[in-house]
Amino acid sequence: MGKTFSEKALSKNVDQDVQAGQIVQARPDICMSHDNSAAISSTFRKLGVEKVKHPDRIAIVLDHCIPAAGAKYAQNHKTIREFVAEQGISNFHDINTGICHQVLPEKGLVLPGSVMVGSDSHTCTYGAFGAFSTGIGRSEAAVTWATGEIWLKVPDTMRITIGGALGEWVTAKDVALKVIGDSGADGGLYKALEFTGPVVEAMTISSRMVLCNLAVEFGAKNGYTPADDKVKQWLEPRVDPARWAQAEFLTSDPDAVYAESIDLDMTGVGPQVACPHTVDNVSPIEEVSGRKIDQVFLGTCTNGRIEDFEMALRVLSGKRVARGVRLLVGAASSEIYKEMATRGMLAEFIDAGALIINPGCGPCLGAHQGVLADGEACLSTMNRNFKGRMGNPKGEIYLASPAVAAATALAGEIADPRSL
Amino acid sequence: MSKVKTIEGKAWKYGDDINTDVIFPGKYTYTVTDPKEMASHAMEDLDPEFASRVQPGDVIVAGKNFGCGSSREQAAFCLTGNQVGAVVAASFSRIFFRNAINAGLPTIELPDVVGQIEAGDKLTIDLSNGLLICKAGEFKFPALPPEVIGIVEAGGLVAYTRKRLGTD
Repeated sequence: MGKTFSEKALSKNVDQDVQAGQIVQARPDICMSHDNSAAISSTFRKLGVEKVKHPDRIAIVLDHCIPAAGAKYAQNHKTIREFVAEQGISNFHDINTGICHQVLPEKGLVLPGSVMVGSDSHTCTYGAFGAFSTGIGRSEAAVTWATGEIWLKVPDTMRITIGGALGEWVTAKDVALKVIGDSGADGGLYKALEFTGPVVEAMTISSRMVLCNLAVEFGAKNGYTPADDKVKQWLEPRVDPARWAQAEFLTSDPDAVYAESIDLDMTGVGPQVACPHTVDNVSPIEEVSGRKIDQVFLGTCTNGRIEDFEMALRVLSGKRVARGVRLLVGAASSEIYKEMATRGMLAEFIDAGALIINPGCGPCLGAHQGVLADGEACLSTMNRNFKGRMGNPKGEIYLASPAVAAATALAGEIADPRSL
Repeated sequence: MSKVKTIEGKAWKYGDDINTDVIFPGKYTYTVTDPKEMASHAMEDLDPEFASRVQPGDVIVAGKNFGCGSSREQAAFCLTGNQVGAVVAASFSRIFFRNAINAGLPTIELPDVVGQIEAGDKLTIDLSNGLLICKAGEFKFPALPPEVIGIVEAGGLVAYTRKRLGTD
């Protein structure tokens, strides 16, 4: 009987032939954490061991509230820096780097065929590089630091085949929102998602990251797009050669057993918008156009990459955002931020009336930067629109693609980029 | 299960897809670390009265996908901080499920039963025998997988790991 990608990756990791439904003691190649590393270190200290088991398998990125928004956040960062120094953790990236899910691939810490865990739900993003990667909690990150191991259930796999062709201004974000809207926020609960088909094959790495990033909003354990030559070209120059030699481009066997299969034909499907307060409350843009918006946020680990900003600038070019609308733009990493600066993209955004914020999670956490006032509505390219997500339960959040975000910023109300 | 006794309390009823942002708002995740203060913010953006009125042993009863969203573990610890006895749901989001086990908080999946429980109903849960007793009747629920049952029995992941490492 054939095996799915997830069965193969976990079998390889535990050096044993395993299949869906089994529980394994996995040995993650990387355990990622961010500003929550101070809390993790405090749990680690309760475990009765002095040193982390594998310092080289730990990656820490400060991204959630940077630069520190107050004394408590500053102390939190300081505790993490001290722990990193004490434990000799070399894969540490301070506040000047970017969002963990962009930084880990950029720094060559993601490897095809590896098993990765992270104390952040969007850790599923690295599936775009052919890694098995999933989110975990803080305590289990502490235990992974101490023991190098974590229990994982080998997931059933749901295959999502995307066919047809993407229309003008239709993106990976629209594909993901359409899938989640059609099947619900628990449509892929506990499962591995495997995105396949011609549309996925044609996608850039950045677009595949959008699909895998949103896998958790579908309830899934991990997302995966088959790793191909594009992954090799993107990743190989960034990975230490000795480590790259261990990369394995695992794919599901033709006779692999899928728990469920979905076929989505994108022909004729337009931009999608997730309305307050759940990610599966999705409408075609025609049904929500015209709703007044106070703030537009373009960025995050979902849509804060070069292709996202290029698309937004194609909509904004030479125009100004509507009076009364605040457009926030934040790159997913300093590498992206630098490219935007070098290419003059920051200047174009500033000329269009945008406020550029530093690379980081920023408004998506609701702790600082871009918190909404009572009754305000924001259209954002992020991945969650839960009540209170942007720091105020009396604010409303709509989710959409960078093209819709840019069109909305120009109109001051939700707007279809196809009608501009 | 050695350490877990029978749970008795009343039901706090919520709907589908209750996410961790409303169970424990993101704005507190790096600044609130004291367990008591953490408990005082439980369910704040969904049910502001919950934290002040919940009693030890009370049970949260919810629909599908309970605990979806952020991986924040405080969503489980703010409930154990209020001595919530268990969460009964039609299904759980997987990271919340893990965090609950790691916090020693029993999670019970009973998709056909949650609709028969009303807010305020008295519930008795016998964890050893996998039995939930309420106004609508007695219902069996499946045990946790043997690989993870030890974590709940030990009272959570930290205690379990100390035992495993011999540092307890």
